[in-house]
Amino acid sequence: MSKKLLAVFSLLLVLMFGLAGCFSGDSEDVTKDDSTDTADTSTDTDTSEDTESTNDGGEEKILHLNNSSEPGALHPGLAEGTHDSWPLNHLFEGLTKKSPDGEVEPGMAEKWETSEDGLEWTFFLKQDVNWSNGDPVTAEDFKYAWLHALDPNVGSSYAYQLYYLKGATEYNSADIEAVSDEDLTKLREEVGIEAVDEKTLKVTLAQPTPYFLDLTSFYTYFPINKNVQEENPEWYQEADGYVSNGAFTLEEWKHKESITLKKNENYYDKDQINLDGINFLMIEEASTTWQMYRNGELDFLYPLPQDVVGQMSENDDPEFNIAPDLAIYYYNFNTEKKPFNNAKVRKALSMAINREDLVEFVAQGGQQPAYGVVPEGINDVDGDFRQNGGALFESDLEKAKALLAEGLKEEGMDSMDEFVILYNTSEGHQAIASAIQEMWRKNLDVSTKLENVEFQVKLDREKAGDFMVSRAGWIGDYVDPMTFMDLWVTDGPYNDANWSNTEYDSLIEKAKTTMDAAERMDAMHQAEQILMDEMPVMPIYFYTKPFTVKPYVKDIYTPINKYTQFHYADIEKE
Amino acid sequence: MFRYTLKRLGWAIVTLWAVITITFLLMHSIPGNPFAKEGTMPEAVYNNLQHYYNLDKPLVVQYGLYLKQLAQFDFGPSLKSKTITVNDYIVNGFPVSLHLGMQALVIAIAFGLIFGVIASLNRNRWPDYVSMVLSIIGISVPSFILATFLINFVAVEWGLLPVATWSSWSHTVLPSVSLAMMPMAYIARLMRSSMLEVLGQDYINTARAKGIAKHMIIFKHAIRNAILPVVTVLGIITANLVTGSFIIEQIFGIPGMGEMFVKGIFNRDYPVILGSTIFYAAILIFLVFIVDIAYTFIDPRIKITGESK
Repeated sequence: MSKKLLAVFSLLLVLMFGLAGCFSGDSEDVTKDDSTDTADTSTDTDTSEDTESTNDGGEEKILHLNNSSEPGALHPGLAEGTHDSWPLNHLFEGLTKKSPDGEVEPGMAEKWETSEDGLEWTFFLKQDVNWSNGDPVTAEDFKYAWLHALDPNVGSSYAYQLYYLKGATEYNSADIEAVSDEDLTKLREEVGIEAVDEKTLKVTLAQPTPYFLDLTSFYTYFPINKNVQEENPEWYQEADGYVSNGAFTLEEWKHKESITLKKNENYYDKDQINLDGINFLMIEEASTTWQMYRNGELDFLYPLPQDVVGQMSENDDPEFNIAPDLAIYYYNFNTEKKPFNNAKVRKALSMAINREDLVEFVAQGGQQPAYGVVPEGINDVDGDFRQNGGALFESDLEKAKALLAEGLKEEGMDSMDEFVILYNTSEGHQAIASAIQEMWRKNLDVSTKLENVEFQVKLDREKAGDFMVSRAGWIGDYVDPMTFMDLWVTDGPYNDANWSNTEYDSLIEKAKTTMDAAERMDAMHQAEQILMDEMPVMPIYFYTKPFTVKPYVKDIYTPINKYTQFHYADIEKE
Repeated sequence: MFRYTLKRLGWAIVTLWAVITITFLLMHSIPGNPFAKEGTMPEAVYNNLQHYYNLDKPLVVQYGLYLKQLAQFDFGPSLKSKTITVNDYIVNGFPVSLHLGMQALVIAIAFGLIFGVIASLNRNRWPDYVSMVLSIIGISVPSFILATFLINFVAVEWGLLPVATWSSWSHTVLPSVSLAMMPMAYIARLMRSSMLEVLGQDYINTARAKGIAKHMIIFKHAIRNAILPVVTVLGIITANLVTGSFIIEQIFGIPGMGEMFVKGIFNRDYPVILGSTIFYAAILIFLVFIVDIAYTFIDPRIKITGESK
């Protein structure tokens, strides 16, 4: 018997060693790479070694980051979300880009003109801009990329980011089953993008959009190389054959493991780029990445585990930073259910919670208490929209009690029935919900139940109106107050509170159609005041982006609507 | 033997078909849909996506399409990734999970058997207590606690091994150990109780009375009879280990296929749900078959039923 057991064991051992060759980054693969690409000796991506490995230019400057998850698509038109956009923002460049101070500055375009009514935009591309394969970047590439994303057959989830263009909504909404090929071509031709000549792009918008310039730095607006896309529609799925026009190129993509970017030698501004490459890992577990950061295997870390944030901000750790974020955490009130149909009740509930305590003791991520829906960091005509608007309501227990009593009386109720706070399962959401539950119980004597459901189930129930109070969040799509303000227009797709207010609607409409900056901003300030007086949604806090970075990493910047950018970053080790 | 294998294969296909059908129905009956997000996307975009993935067709048609696709060994695209298909998921992820699982399996079987045997031979003495305390820890301490503990001390504080990722053999040590603890403890306990039962049998006493050397009794008679229950559970343990652990792969950032099950459901990524379930079912069926064959080698009294007919 022992012999047979031995045989089983040896079989297992053989299997094990047979499998030992399956690391995607082990020595065999590396030698293979070298034999095909001898000119390049610096592509090894093993986590700790390559910071030490040298080439003739001295130490390789490779930054190690964690992208948390495998990108769904590193294709501008198909990308959705931060896992895609973080690498993509380093790989591509749009007509414009964001400077480290958050200003829009020329990217692929050197200058642009706007017609007086704000509908026509003409972009003049730089002469010396090229793709990583050497092709020149042309106006046609932009036109092709935008139309590709809008093509209803492509099924791009972010196509709606291009709905600002004239005819774009119509083209993307065409019923593919019903429409004839000719009609589809016609719809395609009617979209307001025209490549006047190789370097001139003329864009016609459906309606004046004051923040359109900001949008042209967003990834759905990036160009794609027309020839590459037509020759190989799957070009974006592997590093081999990947063509981009930004500061970096895609050097290696080990699926679900790591992405390595390399400095783009064809980039027009390459002298400004100090890094030799960026390595993104894809590890989801925040505590693991924190340990890797501590161990020096990562140079920069975002997001951080919650307890680490609390601890680091308490200790004033010099590696710890908090960047603003374009996002809000709030609760929906179902305005179609009694007593939440009454604005006084909603406002009373909102006034009875202590947001400072929530942020400091419960959320612990350096968040900002929210007394409005538009976060800090968005420009007003002068200064900052939030700072100019100020706090639009206050926490006041006495007033809250009085308001609640009044509101309930108007609804013919003696006391508040027990209601349910619905949130998607997550420790963080639960902590916030229990704290709010306790604040409402203590301050207003209102009893609540907590119900956590899976995220998908929560979305379904919100859509069906099957909730009383539900947890929600919103991340702005572009840097303008409108990205938050138009969420609650009557029957808007994101208006889960099912709230409707004609004055609010008309103010939003006014802000959307006027090109006069002062008038626009004024309308949005007024609309926000109405929203907070009526309180269909209860703002809780504005998200922030707490991150840690090693002291030798220099010149990074964090735009409010993006993750930290490393275009101009440098590594200066002693 | 050949007829038996053929018969088992037939049943395997029927079982798989049942698994596919039930999963397909269950998956479409749970709330949520793959394209749902905070808020909703414009109707047109949603329709385009539904059309692109054939989700706008009636369920029966979708079911037919899926079976047709499956007959060509194509598990379809992942709805969450435009880059990798479900086949890629399995082809890239399974070797990694298999490697990790095999290492964990070897650790679990080797140490599980050793601890179990030692414990049973030293019943109620200190080696027994040490083994059983270890196995209680193994069963009751969740793998993610053990994993974080190992990372913190072995990797960060003592700097002996790397924290995470899957790039060299030294990267595999901590995840293998973390993954092995639970099955090891389970095997140890099973082996101990099984051994104790066997050691009390008459034939062991007979062997002793005949004056056979102690180690011969243990190896030739006791372990061989006691190991059967362990072999029975080995099929399931192996299937679990080689198809990847979500938690361990998550913590150590291992590009295996463990996340397929969990994330597939969470994202309502229908092809991924189906693909991972079918794959897991196939592996399980295969391993149970192997275990049945293994019985006949270990215990010649057991005959494969199909053969005797």
